[in-house]
Amino acid sequence: MTKEEWFGALKRRHGADLQQKISSSSVAVCGLGGLGSNVAISLARSGVGKLILIDFDKVDLSNLHRQQYKISQLGMYKTEAMKQALSEIAPYCNVITHTIKLTEENLSLLADCNIVCECFDNAECKAMLVNGIAERYPNKYIVAASGMSGLHTGNTITTKKLGKWLYICGDGTSDVADDGTLFAPRVMLCAAHQANTILRIIAGKLDV
Amino acid sequence: MIKINGENVENTKGKNVAQYLTENGYDIKRVAVELNGDILPKVEFNSTVLQDGDCVEIVSFVGGG
Repeated sequence: MTKEEWFGALKRRHGADLQQKISSSSVAVCGLGGLGSNVAISLARSGVGKLILIDFDKVDLSNLHRQQYKISQLGMYKTEAMKQALSEIAPYCNVITHTIKLTEENLSLLADCNIVCECFDNAECKAMLVNGIAERYPNKYIVAASGMSGLHTGNTITTKKLGKWLYICGDGTSDVADDGTLFAPRVMLCAAHQANTILRIIAGKLDV
Repeated sequence: MIKINGENVENTKGKNVAQYLTENGYDIKRVAVELNGDILPKVEFNSTVLQDGDCVEIVSFVGGG
């Protein structure tokens, strides 16, 4: 399959003008667990031109109940496993990987992207990234997630907007520390909200 | 009147953001604060005093992802 065939198919589905915007966009996915693995696949399928994937962790058996990895990828870094998966789904997506823990000290890894997607699992890391981006890169969009654990109704997962640049998806309250675990579909619902919000931002639809 | 998370709140005028968060049980390491349409940098929590007419949204992140 040639690059022209690939883009042709996307243009026929999405329209040439919109696909041009999507193809020229650059999104950083920070954390490649239940949220990030789903967000990355959705955005790659949609034809996002460049994905920056950041995670320090390896694929573990305990991840497979909700994260988009396979038995054959156990022990691989999630960055490499996701890059491998995307190469079969969207071979012309420019996938950049950083196998590192993202902290306040290395946020410059995000300098090149238009939109940052926060997909961590730890609440303090989530707040660190959202506040760090707002301070260091005040003109980048950030799409974060908070509250998608347990088997609560899916109907409470929403997208809220704070200020001009920050979107937060989730129910806002369900904490994995209280619920004990996460389930694939509810995490996917939240990841789908994030990916949908990112595509809407790219399309210039900035409301929620 | 000061509006916090959509509700009019009494007795907050003159307090700084860090004080308000601590007194109301927020874990400062887990929050993001929007003040009048912009995300308030954490380094300004102590120096930002809540004033009449302020509109504040506080997000307290929960774990899971």
